[in-house]
Amino acid sequence: MTFPWKFELERRLEVSRWVSWGVPTVSVLVAFFFGGIILSLAGAPPIETYRAMAAGAFGSISEWVDGNFFAVTETLVRATPLIFTGLAVAMAFRMLFWNIGTEGQLVMGAIAGTWVAIYLPDLLPWLPQTRWVYIPIGIIAATIAGATWAFIPAIMKVKLGVDEIISTLMFNYIAILLYQQLYTGPWKDPEGFGFPGSALFPEFTWFPKFSEMPVLNVLGGRIHLGFVLAVLVAGVLWVIMDKTRRGYEVRLLGENTNAAKYAGISVVRNVLFVMILSGGVAGMAGLSEVAGLGHRLQAGLDVGNGFTGIIVAWLAKLRPWSVVIVAILMAALFVGGDQLQISLGLPASISGVLQGAILISVLSGDVFTRYRLKVTRIGVVAPAVGEEA
Amino acid sequence: MTTTQPGTQHQLVVEMRDITKKFPGVIANEDVTLEVRRGEIHALLGENGAGKSTLMSVLCGLYQPDGGSLHLALHQDELHQIVLRSPRHAIHAGIGMVYQHFKLIPTFSVAENVLLGAEDTPTVLDLKQAGARIKEIGERFGLPVNPEAKVWQLSVGEQQRVEILKQLYRGASLLILDEPTAVLTPQESDALGETMHSLAASGVSIVFISHKLDEVIAYADRVTVLRDGKTAATVDVVDVTKADLARLMVGRDVLFSVEKADADLGADALVLDHVTALGDRSVTAVNDISLTVRGGEILGIAGVAGNGQKELVEVMTGLRTPTAGSITVRGNDLTGKSAIDFIRGGVAHVPADRLGQGLAGNLPLTDNVILKSFRSEPISRRSFLNKKAIHELSTRLIAAFNVLPGNPDAPASGLSGGNQQKLILAREIDATDRLAVGDEPAVLVAVYPTRGLDVGAIEIVRDALLNQRAIGAAVVMVSEDLDELRTLSDRIAVLHGGEVMGIVDPKTTSKDDLGLLMAGERLS
Repeated sequence: MTFPWKFELERRLEVSRWVSWGVPTVSVLVAFFFGGIILSLAGAPPIETYRAMAAGAFGSISEWVDGNFFAVTETLVRATPLIFTGLAVAMAFRMLFWNIGTEGQLVMGAIAGTWVAIYLPDLLPWLPQTRWVYIPIGIIAATIAGATWAFIPAIMKVKLGVDEIISTLMFNYIAILLYQQLYTGPWKDPEGFGFPGSALFPEFTWFPKFSEMPVLNVLGGRIHLGFVLAVLVAGVLWVIMDKTRRGYEVRLLGENTNAAKYAGISVVRNVLFVMILSGGVAGMAGLSEVAGLGHRLQAGLDVGNGFTGIIVAWLAKLRPWSVVIVAILMAALFVGGDQLQISLGLPASISGVLQGAILISVLSGDVFTRYRLKVTRIGVVAPAVGEEA
Repeated sequence: MTTTQPGTQHQLVVEMRDITKKFPGVIANEDVTLEVRRGEIHALLGENGAGKSTLMSVLCGLYQPDGGSLHLALHQDELHQIVLRSPRHAIHAGIGMVYQHFKLIPTFSVAENVLLGAEDTPTVLDLKQAGARIKEIGERFGLPVNPEAKVWQLSVGEQQRVEILKQLYRGASLLILDEPTAVLTPQESDALGETMHSLAASGVSIVFISHKLDEVIAYADRVTVLRDGKTAATVDVVDVTKADLARLMVGRDVLFSVEKADADLGADALVLDHVTALGDRSVTAVNDISLTVRGGEILGIAGVAGNGQKELVEVMTGLRTPTAGSITVRGNDLTGKSAIDFIRGGVAHVPADRLGQGLAGNLPLTDNVILKSFRSEPISRRSFLNKKAIHELSTRLIAAFNVLPGNPDAPASGLSGGNQQKLILAREIDATDRLAVGDEPAVLVAVYPTRGLDVGAIEIVRDALLNQRAIGAAVVMVSEDLDELRTLSDRIAVLHGGEVMGIVDPKTTSKDDLGLLMAGERLS
C-alpha cells in the first residue's frame, strides 16, 4: 500500500493582500500553540502567560484609561535601536550587500556621540550649549562614524574583492573592543568611583524625552526623540528607495547586477552610497541609545541590536515601513518576555524559547506566501493490462 | 530490465490519452493525445506556451494530469496503464528526461555525474567499474565520452551527451529531449541528430521538443504538433512541408521570405578601427577588428558561438574596454568610455541573454521599460522618478509591441521568451527613436534576436529590425542562423577566432562559402 495522497507546493501566481497578512498571522498563532505546549511542560499556564506577556508589552485597557502608557513606551524604547539597525540592514541587503556589521556601526555611532557630548564643549567653548546645536552635531557625528565604519569594508569589497560578510563581521569586534576599552580606560569617568563608564553627558546633549514635549507628553515614560528620528529615517529611506533614481539603481542592482551594468549603472558608486547610508543609519542607533537613555557610554550597548536588525529586516521583506512595524513587534516580544520573569517568576530562557518559536514559524511560514499546498489523491496503479482505472 | 525489444515497427511504447492539465487560470493541456513508437524519433512541435513542456512534465512524473491516462510499454511488450507518482517513478518506468539546462556538476567527472542519483549506486563508489560500464553504453549507442573527464572541460555538445548517457545508464528506453538544440551550434546540432538516429536504431524511443521547423524536418520521423494546449495533428515528417508544419503550429499561413527594400545608406554610425580586446580569461578575444556600419543597413555578424561575438558586442556597447584601437559612434570617439556613454551616445542593445542581462525578472514591466530612459525627462526630473510618465511610457510600448500579458505591474519573468524579447525590443527601439536626431542615425546592436522564439515572435522581431533599417538606423545583428543572416543582412561579417575573416555580400555568397569562412578559411 502506498500513501494515497500527494502533497505539492504550487507557486502562487499572485500574492494577494489577504495571503501576505494572513500567512504570518497564522504562523504566529501556530508558534503560540507550540509555545503553549512548552509553557505547559514548564509548569506555566499558557493562556495566563500570554496574557501577562501582552500586558507587559502593551499594558492593559485599565492602565490606558488611567493614562499609564508605561508598557507601550517601554516597548517603543526597546524598538528604537531595532528600527535603526533593521533599516540599515534592509538598505544594504536590498542590493545584496551583506552588511553583518551594523552592531559595530551602532557602537561607532555611540562612541562618536559620546565624544561630541563630553569633549566637544571644552574644545569649542564658543558653541552655544543648547540642544538645538548639540543634538544635530551629535547626529551628524554618529552618522559619519557609522558610515565610515561601513565604508571601509565597502571600499575593500569594490576595490579588492574582500568578502563583505567576513569584513563587516570582523569590524564589529574591532568596534566593540574599542568601545569597551574606552569606557573602562581613557574615557572612564574620573568621578565615577571606579565604576566602568564615561562621565555623564551634559544635559544639553540629551535627546529630549516625550514627557518634555507638548502633546506627546501624555505618553510619558522613557521614550525619547530617538524613536521619532527612527520613524523619520524610515520615511526618508522609503522615499529614496521608492521614488528616486538612486533607489531605482539600487533596486536594479539588487535584482540583476548584469542588467544594471547593461543599463550603464555603476556598481561601485551604488555600493559605496548604500553602505554609507546603511552605516550612517546604524550609527544613529548608537547615538540614540547613549543620548536618549543612559546619557553616558557604558556597558550594555553591544547586546546584539545589530544582529537582531538582520532578523527584523528579513521579516520585514526589506521594506522600510514594515521594518518599523516588525521592530515594534519584536520589541514587544522582548519586553513581554521580561515580564514573564518579573510577574510570573518563570525562567528568563522561556521568553527566548517563545521568541525562537515565533521566528522559526514566521520565517518558515513564508513558504506559504509564495506557494500554496496542493493535495492530490493518487490513483492506485492499475494492475491489469490495458484496463481503465 | 529489458533492453532493445525487436518488436514490430509500429509497436507503441507510449500512449498518452486525452491528457488534460490545468493550472490556476490556464488550461495547459486539453485532451492531448501522443503516441510514440519503439525506436522512433518523435518531435513535439509547438509555439512557446502551446503546452509542450507541460505534457512532457506529465510524462516524466513531475505533474499529475487532471484528466486522461498514460499507457507505457517500455519494459513490457504490451501497453499497460500506469500512474506516475514522481520523477523517480518515471525513471523506474524507463523514462529519461534531458533538460535544456543541464543538471551536471562541473567539477565532477563524467562518471561521477552519471552515478549521482542513480539507484543502484553502492555506498562505496567503484568509479572504475562504473566508468567501464559508461564506456560500454556509450559505444553501444554511439555516444563516445571519456568517463574520467571533468564536466567543465567538455563542450556544450559533449555535456549534453553526458546527460543522455546518464539517462541510458539508469535504464531509460524513452528519452525526452527538451529543446536540445537551443544550446548547440549548428554543427553540434547535426552531431546530435546523428546520435538520435543511432539511439533510435538500437531501439530507444525519443521525444524531442522543438519549435524549430527545420530541425524537426531534418531529425524526426513523426511529429505531433500542439497548438493552444491541444493536439493540432500527428503526421509523418516525409508527408509534410515546412509550410504545412508552420500552418499547423501557428494556425495560419506564415511567410518565410522577407520583403526588403534596397539599402538607403546614410552616414557612418559605428566605426571600429583596429579594435583588440581581451576576453574574461585575459586571452585576446577580439583581434584587430575594423568595421564600419552605416545608417540604413543591417550588418550581420556570423560565426560559430565563442569566436568573439560576445566580446565584440560588449566592445560595441561599452561593456568591455578594448586594449587597442578606437571606437567612434556617430562621429564621437567613445574609446575607453563606459556603458552609460555608449547609451547616451546612441547605441541601443538587444542582448543575447534576455533574463540574465536584458531584464530584471522580479521587477515589474514598468521598471524594465525604463531601464535605459530612467535618467532623462520625463521619466525622471531632478533625482525623482515620475510614476505617471513611467506608466504612460510602459502602456504605450506594451501596446505598440503587443506584449502579452500586458499588465505593466506584473513581474517580467512572467512573460514568455517571445514577449520578453518584444519588451526589450520595444525599449531599445524607443531608445533609438529618441536618439535619432536629424541625419545622425542611431545604432542598434541585436544579439541572437530570434533565438528560442516561436515563428510568430520571430516575424515581429525581424520586422522590427527591418523597420529600423528603413528609418535609417545602423543595425548590427549577431546570429547563428545563416538563413536569417542571409535574408536580413546587407553585408555579413564572419568571425573566427576573434578576427573578421571577411565581409561578404549575402546575395552573392553561398551558404557553403559562409561555412568555410566560419571555419577559419579566407576566401581567395
